[in-house]
Amino acid sequence: MSGYVPQPADPGVPSPAEPVASLDRTGGYLGPTGQAAVAAASRATPARWRLLLRRPTFFVGAGILLFWVVCAVFGHLFAPYNPLAQNLLANNAAPSGAHWFGTDPLGRDVLSRVIVGARDILIITPLATIIGTILGTALGLAMGYFGGAFDQVAGRLVEAFLALPFVIIAFLFVVAVGSSVVSITIIIGLVFTPLIARTVRTAVLVERHQDYVSASRLLGESPARVMFAEILPNVMPAIVVEFTVRLAYAVFAVATLSFLGFGVPPPTPDWGADISANYVGLPAGYWWETLFPALALASLVVAVSLIADSIEQVLSA
Amino acid sequence: MATFLLRRLGLMVLTLWLLTLIVFFGGQILPGDPARATLGNLAAPSAVQALDHQLGVDRPLLIRYLSWLGGLLHGDLGTSYTYRTAVEPFIRAALINSVKLAALAFVIVVPLGIIGGVIAALYVGRGTDRIISVTGLSLSSVPEFVSGIVLLVIFGVELKWLPVTASAGAGASALNQFRHLILPAIPLVFVLFGYIARMARAGTIEALNSDYTRTATLKGLPETTVIRRHVLRNSLLPTITVIATQTGYLIGGLVVVETLFDYQGLGNLIYKAAVAKDFPMLEAGVLVIGVVYVVATLIADLLLTWLNPRLRIGGTE
Repeated sequence: MSGYVPQPADPGVPSPAEPVASLDRTGGYLGPTGQAAVAAASRATPARWRLLLRRPTFFVGAGILLFWVVCAVFGHLFAPYNPLAQNLLANNAAPSGAHWFGTDPLGRDVLSRVIVGARDILIITPLATIIGTILGTALGLAMGYFGGAFDQVAGRLVEAFLALPFVIIAFLFVVAVGSSVVSITIIIGLVFTPLIARTVRTAVLVERHQDYVSASRLLGESPARVMFAEILPNVMPAIVVEFTVRLAYAVFAVATLSFLGFGVPPPTPDWGADISANYVGLPAGYWWETLFPALALASLVVAVSLIADSIEQVLSA
Repeated sequence: MATFLLRRLGLMVLTLWLLTLIVFFGGQILPGDPARATLGNLAAPSAVQALDHQLGVDRPLLIRYLSWLGGLLHGDLGTSYTYRTAVEPFIRAALINSVKLAALAFVIVVPLGIIGGVIAALYVGRGTDRIISVTGLSLSSVPEFVSGIVLLVIFGVELKWLPVTASAGAGASALNQFRHLILPAIPLVFVLFGYIARMARAGTIEALNSDYTRTATLKGLPETTVIRRHVLRNSLLPTITVIATQTGYLIGGLVVVETLFDYQGLGNLIYKAAVAKDFPMLEAGVLVIGVVYVVATLIADLLLTWLNPRLRIGGTE
């Protein structure tokens, strides 16, 4: 039923006809990752996934991510203080035995805010990336499969969207609809949709002319069935790579929105918002209020990037 | 070549038109009444209505779009709600400031990224390659405000080597302006380094594995000659695309960096316009960013076609 699925002769050797970097516009914005994701599609085998376990960078990334997931889920149980409790008599206190990371201008415990601050960002980023991936995959499949006028029109729109930095589009819409966990999640998901659609479209174009696609069309399968049951499984590895890479960008985007004041409203602990609220205290020497949330954020983005890069390397090496 | 150029220009005009649609209607979904935002909560309803009429925001949406588009075609970018004067001088001044900052970042990062990528490729799979690749990846994924704050604390506050704001003030000498721009440029350099190094590395690896490199080596050319004359020339092609497409990202990054360092650039202008709901300023600023991106991509395409005769013969994407 599923037709003949061609297997690459030797997944280890990229075919010489395949350029490292796409020279058309589809390889453009936000770097070569989309191209690598497309290249990965033909190479995903269980043996390759197991190679992941041999990469130290993957373990480092996964370990850090796991730590923050634990903080996000159980953080309120083991945080030393209530992250919202103010103590104006002990504000701007330097790190000490009682407050390992010191206290902020309102006397709130920085360590507790850093621990609990993992929650919102770890709810928003995966959900937003899932929304973007589902919508982008559907759009990309349709563009690649139907081609023609639909592809042209959608392609031009995608291109026009990509001409704007995604942080700017995101904050334009966040200003419009107000900031909450739900609105930020949906907006980042929508902003990712054209990016992911473009990668999926390119991957589908590679598959489209394979024999199994023609075979299933000749069998009279509906376009929806050909797209979702035949082509989708074959471009899945590209989507997985794209998903992990976008996840890292989502962390970046959410943190940036928070920093610009368009994130989760206060007083909820949030790394980006805490950094932007406290960095004015830097010249006065209150470095701990900014440094610890900044390090937390940096460790999370780097962890997700390391995982994404390991998956991509394993599939495209 | 002429048809290729015409086709590209046609597509560019189409993309720009779609961009005006996105920017205009995206701006219009911002809720809130610009006259109310300008006059404040205590203003009389009649005064708000009068200002709405004066600003022209009580007309139907389509009429407003057409008159805005008509103005754009005549070089009129609109009138600011906040300042009640033409937005054009603001945009021009901000654009010049942003270009200075972006140019400095590019001047630093392009050679660094290319050198880093080529070195990584020459030592592919070994320690040097791993260090460059993982460092680049980590630096790329850390948001600009995090690295910016760390730099600010170290070099601006603790060591006091460099000024903590980006604006040197009116009439400052070029050298003084340059000193003020170094710190803000570095976070941008960090983010871009990873992308450029990655493309340069991939391109160099491809060129090193090619038949012409093998031929050059086998006919007895010294290694440095092979690398300089055969590898580098071919490896840098894909890097050009990345450099051009990253201009789009760069302006997104400018929003953050310019806010952090209080620099009167385009990113800061758009940010303030969004907060103040100054649509004409916002729309003009975002549109200028889109135009810069589209033109940069076109230039990269033309440059690539000129450098790579194979694309010229193919003619189209």
